[in-house]
Amino acid sequence: MQKKFYLLSVALVLAIVVIVMTGCPSGKTGSTVSGDAASKVYVAPGQHDELYGFISGGFSGQVSVIGIPSGRLFRVIPVFSQDAEKGWGYSEETKPMLMTSHGFIPWDDAHHPELSETEGMADGRWLFINGNNTPRVARIDLTTFRTSEIIELPNSGGNHSSPFATENTEYVVAGTRFSVPYPNSDVSIEDYKAKFKGAISFIKIDKTTGAMDLAFQIMMPGFDYDLARSGKMKSGNWMFFSMYNTEQANTLLEVNASQNDKDFIAAINWKKAEEYIAQGKFKEVSGEYYHNTYNEGTHTATSEVKNKVKCLIPEECPGLVYYMPTPKSPHGCDVNPTGEYIVGGGKLAQVVTVFSFDKMLKAIDEKKFEKTIDGIPVLDYKSVVHGEVEKIGLGPLHTEFDDNGNGYTSMFVSSEIVKWNVKDLKVLDRVPTYYSIGHLLVPGGNTRHPYGKYVIALNKITKDRYLPTGPELTQSAQLFDITGDKMKLLSDFPTIGEPHYAQAIAADKIKDKSKQFYKLEDNKHPYKCLTEAEARVERKGNTVHVWLTAIRSHFMPDNIEGVKIGDEVYFHVTNLEQDWDVPHGFAIQGAANSELLIMPGETQTLKWVPKKVGIYPMYCTDFCSALHQEMQGYVRVSPASSAVKISWNKPTN
Amino acid sequence: MNKTSSLIFAIAALLLVIVYFTPIWTIGLEAPQYPEGIGLKIMISGIEGKKPNDLQSLNGLNHYIGMQKINPESIVELKIMPYIILFFIVFGILIALVKKKILGWIWVGLFAMVGIVGLYDFYLWEFDYGHNLNPHAAIKVPGMTYQPPMIGSLQLLNFTATSYPGIGGIVIGLAILIAVYALLMKKKS
Repeated sequence: MQKKFYLLSVALVLAIVVIVMTGCPSGKTGSTVSGDAASKVYVAPGQHDELYGFISGGFSGQVSVIGIPSGRLFRVIPVFSQDAEKGWGYSEETKPMLMTSHGFIPWDDAHHPELSETEGMADGRWLFINGNNTPRVARIDLTTFRTSEIIELPNSGGNHSSPFATENTEYVVAGTRFSVPYPNSDVSIEDYKAKFKGAISFIKIDKTTGAMDLAFQIMMPGFDYDLARSGKMKSGNWMFFSMYNTEQANTLLEVNASQNDKDFIAAINWKKAEEYIAQGKFKEVSGEYYHNTYNEGTHTATSEVKNKVKCLIPEECPGLVYYMPTPKSPHGCDVNPTGEYIVGGGKLAQVVTVFSFDKMLKAIDEKKFEKTIDGIPVLDYKSVVHGEVEKIGLGPLHTEFDDNGNGYTSMFVSSEIVKWNVKDLKVLDRVPTYYSIGHLLVPGGNTRHPYGKYVIALNKITKDRYLPTGPELTQSAQLFDITGDKMKLLSDFPTIGEPHYAQAIAADKIKDKSKQFYKLEDNKHPYKCLTEAEARVERKGNTVHVWLTAIRSHFMPDNIEGVKIGDEVYFHVTNLEQDWDVPHGFAIQGAANSELLIMPGETQTLKWVPKKVGIYPMYCTDFCSALHQEMQGYVRVSPASSAVKISWNKPTN
Repeated sequence: MNKTSSLIFAIAALLLVIVYFTPIWTIGLEAPQYPEGIGLKIMISGIEGKKPNDLQSLNGLNHYIGMQKINPESIVELKIMPYIILFFIVFGILIALVKKKILGWIWVGLFAMVGIVGLYDFYLWEFDYGHNLNPHAAIKVPGMTYQPPMIGSLQLLNFTATSYPGIGGIVIGLAILIAVYALLMKKKS
């Protein structure tokens, strides 16, 4: 007994010594960064980064634009969430962008940025991103870095496997994370298995304008559709979707949806789907959804309400969908640059499963089916699998590729990136991430030709990594050099919101196309005011319209009288500047919306309903010039019964 | 004038066609806030920004120091200059046809005079813009005037103004020199 205690003590002391000698794994990373790391991420003042990075803001609902390798933040693009800084969702022109069949929804959960592609390569034209909460897909124009379009998805319950694009951006897809009744209706949740279905939407993208159109949905079994990726080259006609909860549980999913050893990756032949649509083999299903478009000419968004969607049912469309059994609750579902290998990150398994596209076609040809589910053949696992990467780590989530035949897989649970060879399935290297990496990216790592210089980890937890800021801490991204055999940590930097996923593109593909300002002569806004001579105030009943101009450094008109309690005042502010980087702001005391930030040549409208009699200052909020502080005016608000007539002051210069 | 010299004289006159399509003078301005520069191209028939909206931007900036708006429409010289150049092209070709040396010298003399008067006129405009300032201007620096240089660079508050002849201006000079050369050519013995 004493001897045992003695041995135990010795073991304990030894263990402590070992821990102290090797250093605690608690974010003291000074020693893990090699000497030349700083020079590799240093972009000198005035120099430009090599790449643009687009990082989703998660629950912030927005997208951030950063430079890579510096990690410098350039812009937060408002997408699904109101942004008072830019007046997004507050100005009268942008409010329709956030309209849905549930009304005005000023927030969403933005997960996966997806750059538009031409011939399997990011082309720098548009960026798509999904709203997970109230199912939506947005398109951002990369000449203006603004959201141009948002389309809602009917009969969907959480748009997670989205918005992954086909190789020429023929479609972006949107698979529902939460299955719901199809069409959505009032049923008991206990009827899940019988009545809940998983809609996978295919959104057609116009080749020249990028305009989105919900082409069709595929009514899949009621599983949880997680992520997706387009095939490439030979597999380019296929879209692959991972899914979990094939148990079809509707309560305590953390246990009940984790029982099956294998769930599925679905292979959907979208060319086949187009044939079935052309043949008229679809059902028209009801489902209200909004389609919001921002018009660059009128500087105004409009909403269109639609009520029907074309639906394909796999049982009636042979050859449309196949299932590949995948261990276990797979998350990532990624296709390597040649299009031959489909990689499933088995979140709850300790393996990464690699399928062969050629084997998949052969198995389909030879009808090697284990069974069928709702008319969908389940392919024999052994016939389609290329192999499993064993002992890769804990919680494999998401894989991207370099141009040397390697995969980089994030491990959420063991908090690391593992590099492995896609062909021989050998693990080559692993590096820790700080902490709990979700997705990762290699620039171009989802395309035919990855650039293969960096891998970026997108981390959920930072704990001790930065100066503490109370209970709420930032999430982070970490940049690793992958040019050598071993991955090398170069830097890490905080992100906005939660960085679910990010994509990067060579700066040259975007920067020269970036718009500098809007041309005044192209302004088609119904309340535009292109000269100071036209600036005026008009009353129509209880509505007062102000045609207001802004130019360095005054508003025209600058003093307004005759507004009364009970009036709704619309300030239509046109920025008359025609020069780069000269926005004007507009704010008035007591504005229940936000300020406005008006780009040169643009017109934006602030609605203002004064509640109290008095004098209200208005002013420019964006430091525009040496006389910015002088850029101000007053509005006099009189009692409802007042006889003060509308009048305004136009000072001469 | 022999055949060669009259041909060269005709070329000198025809070169002036270029003046219709290129600026005779350029003024460039650089400031910390304008790393990309902002500038004006003075054509024989108008004043344009180097970039599409430079003139408007410049007028906007100039109002701080009380400079008058540059309004090309109101500058009468820009209306008559195209006809003057046309006159020298047509007259020059006629001289080359009739091969009269004395007419050639009159052409050179007249053109040189017009050039000198033009430059003086340009100076007067610059002087007027630079000195005739609105007394209520927001920014008044005691003793400061804003006349841009004719040739060369000058610091005007935060702007460095640089002024040089444009291609059109250089062509006018070249045309005169070529014409003189044509008139001085000796007959080959």
